[in-house]
Amino acid sequence: MRHTIMATAFSLIAASAAAETPVLSIYTYDSFVADWGPGPLIEAAFEETCDCDLQFTGAGDGAALLARIRLEGAHSDADVVLGLDTNLMDAAEQTGLFAPHGITVPELDLPVGWEDQVFLPFDWGYFAFVYNTDMTDVPGSFTELAASDARIVIQDPRSSTPGLGLLMWVSAAYGDAAAGIWEGLADNVVTVTPGWSTAYDLFLEGEADMVLSYTTSPAYHLIAEEDDSKAAAAFEEGHYLQVEVAGLLANSDQPDLARDFLAFMLTEPFQAVIPTTNWMYPAALPADHLPEGFETLMTPDRALLFDPATAAATRAEALDIWLTALSQ
Amino acid sequence: MADRAQPVTLLHALGGFVAAGVALAILGPLVAVALRAEAGAQLGAADWSAIRFTLLQALLSAVLSVGLAIPVARALARRVFPGRRLLVTLMGAPFILPVIVAVFGLLAVFGRNGWISQALGLIGLPPIEIYGLHGLVLAHIFFNLPLAVRLFLQGWLAIPAERARLAASLGFTPRDIARHFEWPMLRATAPGAFLVIFLICTTSFAVALTLGGGPNATTVELAIYQAFRFDFDLGRAAMLGLVQVAICAVAGLLVLRVAVPRVIGTGLDRPPMRWEAFATRGRASDALAITVAALFLLLPLAALVGKGLMAVTGVPVSVWEAALRSLGLAISSAALAVALAFPMAALMARRARTGLEMIGALSIAVSPLVIGTGAFLILQPVANPVSLALPITGLVNAMMSLPFLLRALIPALQEAETSQGRLADSLGLGGFNRLRHAILPRVRGPLGFGAGLAAALSMGDLGVIALFSSPAQGTLPLEMYRLMGSYRTDDAQGAALLLLCLSLALFWAFDRGGRLRAAS
Repeated sequence: MRHTIMATAFSLIAASAAAETPVLSIYTYDSFVADWGPGPLIEAAFEETCDCDLQFTGAGDGAALLARIRLEGAHSDADVVLGLDTNLMDAAEQTGLFAPHGITVPELDLPVGWEDQVFLPFDWGYFAFVYNTDMTDVPGSFTELAASDARIVIQDPRSSTPGLGLLMWVSAAYGDAAAGIWEGLADNVVTVTPGWSTAYDLFLEGEADMVLSYTTSPAYHLIAEEDDSKAAAAFEEGHYLQVEVAGLLANSDQPDLARDFLAFMLTEPFQAVIPTTNWMYPAALPADHLPEGFETLMTPDRALLFDPATAAATRAEALDIWLTALSQ
Repeated sequence: MADRAQPVTLLHALGGFVAAGVALAILGPLVAVALRAEAGAQLGAADWSAIRFTLLQALLSAVLSVGLAIPVARALARRVFPGRRLLVTLMGAPFILPVIVAVFGLLAVFGRNGWISQALGLIGLPPIEIYGLHGLVLAHIFFNLPLAVRLFLQGWLAIPAERARLAASLGFTPRDIARHFEWPMLRATAPGAFLVIFLICTTSFAVALTLGGGPNATTVELAIYQAFRFDFDLGRAAMLGLVQVAICAVAGLLVLRVAVPRVIGTGLDRPPMRWEAFATRGRASDALAITVAALFLLLPLAALVGKGLMAVTGVPVSVWEAALRSLGLAISSAALAVALAFPMAALMARRARTGLEMIGALSIAVSPLVIGTGAFLILQPVANPVSLALPITGLVNAMMSLPFLLRALIPALQEAETSQGRLADSLGLGGFNRLRHAILPRVRGPLGFGAGLAAALSMGDLGVIALFSSPAQGTLPLEMYRLMGSYRTDDAQGAALLLLCLSLALFWAFDRGGRLRAAS
């Protein structure tokens, strides 16, 4: 009798093991996986097609995400990492932990070309200074901003990806003259915050006239809150892009599933949820498919972006310039 | 006291064991990070200026917090008025709030668009400027004044009633009282309070950056952040982690040199004295101290309540789930903290205790980022750190509250031993019976206070969970940050109010014993 029970038990365990659906593990940043973020919708949409269990794991922001992957190294459970940006791509590739995506890239809706063999973009946005529309004399460039008495709040590049993006923006726009711009901006900076959310909250609380954010930020207020009092200032130098990317890990135990996901990432079910959950532009959805409200957003005349290698090479010097100018 | 022959009991042996375990659990991760690092890490000029700034702001913050707490605690100790209990509990709230919540409360009052600036604007004056070193110190006082007040309040109320009554009948002047009662108590309590607050301020990061105004306000903790996340330089992160431990060790040695053992006479178990009998002359100054402190601490909280109230009923379901998870975590963490602290405190109440004191203070000196990263490195080969996120967070939170529990428990245990020990010895009371009849009744207040602090701190903590978390394990603070990171500021304010209420409720529930004593 006892043998029968044990045999039954074992066969049940064996059966459940065989029937176990494959698990695809994706590491991403925190706000992506929140209940109101894109994560749950994307999980449901992909699981309909893949006969698998998609599991998201949140790890701070983009920089923390890369640090997490580096910590875990080859032992990582992750199959896909989603949420790095072009400023982190070089360091990510240098780890040797990522494998080429091997996917024929469909036509993308990016303001720049995309040829990377390892990382694929899933959304993008322009950095911009966001202000309340009752502001008078909105600056139209960094030089005007520096000359004005507008009070801005920015993020620290050492602890946040938008902060790093602003460093790259000033470098891309001004090159060797970046130091002068930062010296001019020093007296406009109310304070520097550890991350985007603190800065944005300070702005909403009226502590500053402008905050470093994205051209898409006003879309949130307009669409989710029916509030059209926020706008992004157009700078004539052009606006630096943040392109958010995903890549698959070389040590993934589900490489085929991971590739399927990356291909899925650039299809409509994924891309369509991005604008109103992640509040960024989708990387592969034609502009006329954007939700109502996005047409009101400011679109820059010029897109600025360093390629990953240049961004990596520029970083240390740009940080030095920033630290020196703001420590006066 | 140390001269008396005393048996080493099971409790004391356990204390030594726990202390060793705690030291290992804190230093182990640091070593793990250092081992994983590539050789050749060096501290640069920027690191040294971060160290200087860290020390400067921590010193200013600790001196001012402790200095300002003395008149407030004194006033609270010798005045009885309606709502006093509630005020004492509410005034403790800033300390247990997540940093960013408290900062936004402060800004609602002191910010450029805050109440004071708006009032100034009405009479044509420019707004006050909160960003910079002074803003940072103001915020640290806001956080730590309540802690210092409570530690001193415990001290004042521990002065035996019989002695005060005797002093009153002998016609002591306020000066005599200060010399015979208050000064010795302050000498015994103030160095520890200073040390704890100094250490809390050395690990400041989000406050320093947000209110410090810019890169000048770089602390060691931010440098660790940078080393880890910007450069992924584990060697520099570990070295900076060691610098923080060294700062803790040096500060600890300096402070403990001036600390003196507690010498306070024995009293019988009677309600504490009514200080107001001595203090008719101090009525006005006491009222002033209490009013100013209450306004300073409560107005920002009122602002948070005002903002969160509209939003709290509409927060997403995941926030309530996270709140439940956080409650469970906080209660287990408090239980664990008491289990760790009690034997350690019992041992430290008996022995020369510099080394132990350092271990007790170590947990606030080590960067949560380094502990979390190290724990990750240690666990990864044997288990999935993500699945252990909540237990690890509970353990680290328990260790983080050890210094506060020890601060509150040690003097109480010493006094219990001094006053009841001989009697217990003569009655042959040992082991559990001694604990139950002679010791516990006298340390119930500080124990409740400490457990309440531990629970509330754990409730609001965002240290380690952020490194490990998966979506299903979000704690309430983490959920609040996720809301902030998705533009949902109103919901985040609702979540912050929920967090404030739950933390206070937890603190209140545990602290009841202490409040009963403090109120009578």
